[in-house]
Formats: sequence, structure tokens, C-alpha cells
Amino acid sequence: MDPRRTARTVSDPKVRQVGFFTPAPPERSVSDPPRFQDPIQPPSPSPTQVNDHSPSGNSLSPVMIPPAHHHSDNFLRTALQATSPTKAFSYSAKTVTIPPENEDVASSFSPGRKVVSAKSPSSFPGVKASSVPASELTTVSVVNLPPGISEKAGGASVEVQNDRPVSAKTLKEKTSKAERRALQEAQRAAKAAAKAEGTKASSAASKVVTSANTKPSKAAKSSSQKNDGSQVAASEKKGGDRAPEKDRKKDAPHPRMQYDDKSRVEKAKKRAVVKQTEARNRVELFRHLPQYEHGTQLPDLETKFFELDPMHPAVYKVGLQYLSGDIRGGNARCIAMFQAFKEAIKDYSTPPEKTLIRDLTARISSYVSFLIECRPLSISMGNAIKFLKNRIAKLPLALSESEAKSTLMLDIDRFINEKIILSEKVIVKHAVTKIRDGDVLLTYGASSVVEMILLHAHELGKHFHVVVVDSRPKLEGQLLLRRLVRKGLSCTYTHVNAVSCIMQDVTRVFLGASSVLSNGTVYSRVGTACVAMVAHAFHVPVLVCCEAYKFHERVQLDSICFNELGNPDAISKVQGRKEINYLDGLVNQENLQLLNLIYDATPSDYVSMIITDYGMIPPTSVPVIVREYRRDHLWS
Amino acid sequence: MPDTQALVNDFLNKLKKRKIEGSQATAKQTAELLRSVISQTRMPYTNQAAALIHSVKAVGERLIAANPVELAVGNVVRRVLHIVREEDLSLTTAAMAGLNLSAESDDEDDTDRDNHPALSAAAIAAASRSTLRPPSLQTLLEDVPDSAAVPHTSSSGGDSEGKSKSADKSSRSRKLKHDVIEAVNELIQDISTCHELIAEQAVEHIHQNEVILTLGSSRTVLEFLCAAKEKKRSFRVFVAEGAPRYQGHLLAKELVTRGLQTTLITDSAVFAMISRVNMVIVGAHAVMANGGVIAPVGLNMVALAAQKHAVPFVVLAGSHKLCPLYPHHPEVLLNELRSPSELLDFGEFSDCLDFGSGIGAPLLHVVNPTFDYVPPKLRRA
Repeated sequence: MDPRRTARTVSDPKVRQVGFFTPAPPERSVSDPPRFQDPIQPPSPSPTQVNDHSPSGNSLSPVMIPPAHHHSDNFLRTALQATSPTKAFSYSAKTVTIPPENEDVASSFSPGRKVVSAKSPSSFPGVKASSVPASELTTVSVVNLPPGISEKAGGASVEVQNDRPVSAKTLKEKTSKAERRALQEAQRAAKAAAKAEGTKASSAASKVVTSANTKPSKAAKSSSQKNDGSQVAASEKKGGDRAPEKDRKKDAPHPRMQYDDKSRVEKAKKRAVVKQTEARNRVELFRHLPQYEHGTQLPDLETKFFELDPMHPAVYKVGLQYLSGDIRGGNARCIAMFQAFKEAIKDYSTPPEKTLIRDLTARISSYVSFLIECRPLSISMGNAIKFLKNRIAKLPLALSESEAKSTLMLDIDRFINEKIILSEKVIVKHAVTKIRDGDVLLTYGASSVVEMILLHAHELGKHFHVVVVDSRPKLEGQLLLRRLVRKGLSCTYTHVNAVSCIMQDVTRVFLGASSVLSNGTVYSRVGTACVAMVAHAFHVPVLVCCEAYKFHERVQLDSICFNELGNPDAISKVQGRKEINYLDGLVNQENLQLLNLIYDATPSDYVSMIITDYGMIPPTSVPVIVREYRRDHLWS
Repeated sequence: MPDTQALVNDFLNKLKKRKIEGSQATAKQTAELLRSVISQTRMPYTNQAAALIHSVKAVGERLIAANPVELAVGNVVRRVLHIVREEDLSLTTAAMAGLNLSAESDDEDDTDRDNHPALSAAAIAAASRSTLRPPSLQTLLEDVPDSAAVPHTSSSGGDSEGKSKSADKSSRSRKLKHDVIEAVNELIQDISTCHELIAEQAVEHIHQNEVILTLGSSRTVLEFLCAAKEKKRSFRVFVAEGAPRYQGHLLAKELVTRGLQTTLITDSAVFAMISRVNMVIVGAHAVMANGGVIAPVGLNMVALAAQKHAVPFVVLAGSHKLCPLYPHHPEVLLNELRSPSELLDFGEFSDCLDFGSGIGAPLLHVVNPTFDYVPPKLRRA
């Protein structure tokens, strides 16, 4: 096994393009980027992979999830279409025996452990239908080997390709750590086999899958982390204990940076849809985050528009919008993504010999990985994708294709409505009760929720003054300022440096968030932490307004372990001020590094209250909401 | 005098129009200006020091009023006044000692000797009166009779004594001026070279593999860091750009050309990065009497973050920045609002701004303060 494993590792570096990866063990190319190889390739590799896997698979007990699982898991994680890789994986050993039980696999990992397990046997066979970012879905995606292989060859080439390399990789990794997992799997498989349900096996498989997924998928990061499945998978993976963190980390920074292995990086680059050149002069501390040279991708992508058949044009369009920065803000990105997915689902038709669920999930995963390449997913988007894959997985098999599609579209609409639009209204309703006449409210950056709150309070006739604090390089506050002044609010505009001068006059601070983590840490635009800290020092209450779908189980201690790096050139150039050009010509100097963080983490002690659609809660109640309400509402 | 007047007016204009900025530049110019004022002051026979002080004060008050935020101007004026007083005091004590000596050693001059004790007594009395004494009710009331008494004593002493006294006095006055100008020259020297002195201490504070954070641009900090680099200490520097003037870019450029590993970050990222920083070193605009620091805007935020993460916050300031005033409400009184165009582009927001003026009260305010106040408890050294 070992020789094979190592061989595998070498051949298939998992290159994950998006997202943040922590340095995964070399075997586990955690961040295997989705590989978009041409369709022709998959067939050839698959056999090799299959070969690779089968021995490993064979080495494992039939019940055991062969590395393919891992691969598939990884793929899932990376939101790659796991189809191909999974297919590649020759779970032949055991897969053949296990009847595909895809349908039953529950979308959510945690509750659906069993369901997933049911599916996992099928998945084990090696076909991971879709590497759902949500680990839950990963299990679903695990498909039978035999069909997988064929599908791989024929199916979504793009996805397949991506998956394949990843899957191969995951397989490798799996086998490498496989001993432990193999044992677990064997036990589980035995149990499952005993029950003849394959539920357990599927769970094991799902675990594997999830672990695999967790590794590669960045997109799935948030979702996978949330999934128990991911945790399961994590455990299955080698270094099970560190798997959960690894998964998270995988979702986090782009592992590419972490790898010193140039070959891996090169391979990843070759497979990338979006050709991104790595930025030079990366900051040491942030080597675990992907950093690209911006501006080089758009023209490339545009030329490829007609080449990427599997990519739906709506998704492509959204990806381009992300890349160019036209769409900003968690809610806007989420809604745009979902609209694009709706279009894609509408136009989707199940290819022959495939099941709708698996294939659709695989396709969605490929879309997601493409979006990740354009811009790393925000945590809320990860949650949303998890939801979607969950719903796809839960589709009853009896539905016809059109019915299934319409159901899905309805579900998406419902999600957008309930979780985003309606919840914003509820938040606004709660928040305006906190605004009194004569207040001076401070806000930072441009948050859609806070804007709605202010406008609504103004409509209600309250008299207050708004201080808009802005920061470089995005200067989003100016957009908010313009909209507020148009509506007739009296505003003050200032830069974040002056916040301690202005804070004396402020009575309340309203902040938006990209996400709120389990320990109450607010993860939002960089600079929020500064504002919250200064407000705390001046004893001004800080209210964070955040929809509940943005909550996450993760815990983050500081802003460095997980973040997003923006365009460093935005720092050296000051928009609108031509005279500030001190750094012209210096950008490529060795000693100079430009760091453009997008997010930062605000400790919970600075936050007085979080206003969500479930009410107004203290930061310590976030894990409660995550635990209680998520399971019931979102993943049910 | 006319020359100095022209110089003074010129400097005043520059200060008012903010053409001169930066504490070092203003301090230097102020010192030089005061030097020329002193050299041109006509010194009366008695109480030259008072005359000097009077003229310096007059000029100084106008300078301070021109730009109250440039505390370095006031500091230098006070330093010069202090110099004058000191020199005068030392001269007087020397003169008194000299008079005693002359009185004792002079044997041939009987008349002189006869007169000397009286003269010396009178001279001492006059001298003591002419030296500057801190204003008190006694001195204020004595001022008028004082000037009358001194000529009286001198005249009573006779021509010779009067001459000698006046000769003494004139020589003393010349000497006073001379000493004062010398001291002011030293002051100017100090102001120019404060960087080197501070930089010499750099080695004690910066060690190997440290990460330093700074904001904006300060020449003192630059010299400090480079001195440490000379001693082969390798360390990294995070520079926050310091909008809206973006002086951090300048500093980063300087550091890079001198070979230091620099990373440029936005000000908003300070809190994110400060957990990985060993020390924060910044320059100051002025240091107040209570220990509080007037610093470029944004440093209060940095200081708070540093305190939260227990990172030492070190302020480098030359002696011309030490100010004996206490800050009351420093954000407003000791601050200056700069042009909003640095923050907002007028063209983009012209519709919003016009909107306000039509209605009445403007809807849009832009706050662009120059300075920040860092209270003493946030500052480590």
C-alpha cells in the first residue's frame, strides 16, 4: 500500500484553488483545487487511479472505505465534482457489493449519518456524485463505482477532471492514513453488512467522503465544518484528530501557498479554470492564504467563456461579477449565486444513466468550485450551499425530473426569502427599537442590514445623526454615505483613523457581519475590530446585526488563521489621489510586502448584543442558535 | 529691528497658512528667528534680561497664536526665555563675585575702594534687582521705583563709578546677549540632532527577530529603526499607511531602500495584525505635561489595541516636543481639521453637498482630524 500510496500522492497533487488551506499533510492535498482537465484525460487517468485505488482498496477490507472515498471526500470538500474521482476510485472491492442507496442518504450529515451511510456504500463504489461542500452531501454524492467510472468518462468532463485528480489524491491520502480508518471502516462496514442496510457502511463511507471532502473543499469549509459528517470524515482521515481542524483549515487558506512542493502548485495551476498567477512577495504570516495577482484573471475568463461547456452561463456571469468586485457583501453574493443556480437548475437535464440527485449535486459542486476560484466563498455562502445540497439529496426518488427541478427552485426561493429577505426585515424591526431620538449612530463600511435599519428608522420619523466610518482600500462607506444622504439623513463621514476622535460624541455603534462564530467572535470586514475596540474603550454599546444563516460552528481566535487576501496593488495605489505615488516602482522589491486583508475577527467582549432574526441575543448565545435552530430549520 | 519684523511677519504668515509643518521644522525656524530677534534687541542699561524677555515674549505670543496646534513653537519660545533667564542669572552671580573680587583686590584706587564698597553694595543691590526675579507682588511694585533708583545709585556713585557701572553693565549686557545667542545656537543644534541621540538608544530596545509596528511617517522612527539595522539586528516592520495623508507609504519606501523587511498594511488591519507584533514604535507631534501624547491621527486606536494585546507602545520624541501644557479636551482644542477633500472627492459628492446648502443646514459633515491624543496610561515608554 505504501508504495502505491506514495505513488499516488506524487501523481495527483491536490491543488485547490480557492479557499484557505492549512498546510495539509503532503498526502492529503487538502486543497486540491478542482481540476478542470479536458474531458479526454479522465478516462485514462481513471483506470490508473482505479488501479491505484483498487489495490489499496483491496488492501483494505471490503467494508473499509478505500482511499477513493477520501478522494471523493476531498473532492466534495473542494466542491469539486466528485463524480469523476469517485469513479476513478476503485471502490470496486466493496463497492460492487453494496447496492447504491443514494436516495436515502440524508443531506445533513449529522442527522443523516445513517442516511448517508446508506448512501455511502454506493458512494464507496467510488462514485461521488457531488462533492458537496456540505459534507453531508458528500456522502450523497458517493456513487457506485461502476457507474461512476463510466460517468467519469462521459459525464461532466470538467467536473470529472477536477475530481479525478483530487480523488486520486484523496485516495492516496486515505490509504496513507488508512490504517486507522481502515479499521474503523472495517468495523463499520461489518456492522453495515450485517444489517444489510449498508447504512453503517455508508456512514463510514460518508465519513470518508466527508473527510476527503473536507480536505479539498474550501468552499465546503464552512459547510463542512458544520457538518458532523465532515467531522466524521475528518476522523476518518489520517490524523483523524487533526482532521476537523484540518478540514477547517482546508477550507481556510489556500493550501497552495503552504506547499513548498512546486510540482503540486504547478499541477494545480494547470488544472485551474481561472488562470491565476501567484502574487510575488507574499507576506510570510499569510502564506497559508491564497494570494493571486489580480487583474490577470478577467480577460482569461472571458476568453474561456465559450470553452467551458459544463459551466452554465449564469454561473459564469456571477463568477465574473465576483472577480471584478461588482457584487460585494455577503447577502448580495449569496442571492446572486442562488439566482444563478436557479437558472442552472432550470436548464438542467439529467444525462442518461445518471441519477438526478447525484449528477446535479456534482454539477453544483463544480459550479461552486468555479465560484471559489473567482473569489473565496464567504461563510454564509458556504452555509447556503450546504443547504442546497441538502435539499437536493433529500429529493424523493419518485419525483420526475421536472418536478424535482421545480421543487428545488421553490426551495431556493424559500431559502432566499426566509433566511435573507425576511430575516432582514425582522432584524430591522428589532433594531429600530434601539434607536432613540437624538442618537448619534456610528456605522462602519457598508452593510446592507445596517443601511436598511437606518433608512427605516428615518422613515419612522426618528431624529438621529449618522457617522459613517470608512477605510481603505475599498472605501465602501462612500457608497453607503451617498445613499443615506440622498434619503435625507444627516451624516458625518470620516476615516477609521479618526474614530477615536469622533467616538466621544457617539451613542451607539451598529455593525454588520459576514459571519458570527461559535465563540461569539464576529467575523467581518477588516477594521470592524478597531471600531468595536474603540467603542468599548469609550463605553459605547456595539450592536452587531447579522442574519442567522450566517452563523457558524467554527471558532476562530484571531484574524490570521482564516482570512482572505485581496489585491495588494490596491494598497500601493490610492484611488482618486494621483499624488500619492510613493510606491511606484517599488512594488516588486524584495523587501516590500503589501498586505491587503479583507476580513478580521472581533473578539466577543467588544460586542454588546447581536441582533438576528431570532431576536436580540448576547454573543454567548450564538452556539445555541447554531445548534438548535440550524438543525431544525435549515437542514430538515 | 525692521529686519526682524519682516522675518517675524514672514514666519507668521507661513505658520498661519500651514506652509510649515512638522515640529522639527517649526522648532528650528522659531529658534533661528528668536535668535535674530535677540541679537537685534536693543538692550537698556538695566534689566537687559527683562528687555530680552519682553521682546521674545512679544514675538513668541504672536507665533503661538498663528498656529496653536504647532506646540513646538511654544516650546521653543519657552526654552529661549528660560535660556535668557538662566544666562542672566549666571551672569549676575558671576558679576557679583567679580565685583567682590575687584573690591577686595583693588588697593591703589583709594577713591575707588572707598567707593567700591558703597558701589559694590549699590551695584549688588542694583544687580540683584536687575536680575530677573519671578514675578511677585514685590517685584511688580518695585519695578517703577527700581528703574529710578538704579540711575540714582549710579549717579550717586559718581562718574567713575557710574561709568564703571555702566561699563560693567554694558559689558554685562553684551555678554548676556552673547551667551544667550550661544545657548540658542545650542538649542538649534539640539533640535537638528535629536534624531541621532534617540537613535543611539535604538539598540537597547530592538532585538533580533522582532516585529515592529508603526504608523505614518516620522523621521525619528526612521532613524531609530535604521540605527538598529546598522547593528545587524534583523527585524521586520509593519507600517500602517496612515490615511488620509498616506505617509506610511513614504516611510515604507524609505525603509525598503535601506534594506529592511517591510510590510505595508491598511490602518484598519492594525487590530488584526497587532497580536503578532512585538512592539509598537511611533513618533509624536508633542508630548504634554501629563505624559499624554499628541500624535498623528489613528494612533489612539493603535495604542488601545496594543494595550489590549499587551504590546509595548513606545513614543519617540525630541526634546523640542516636550510641552509644559496640560491637555484639556485635546481632541478638540489641540486638533486641526484638514480639508475634507482628502477623504471625499468633491466631484463625486457635489450633488450631496449642494443638496445640503439648498435646504439650510448641510447634511454632510466630513471630519478629517490631524491629530490624536494618546493618554499617558496607554503609553509604555
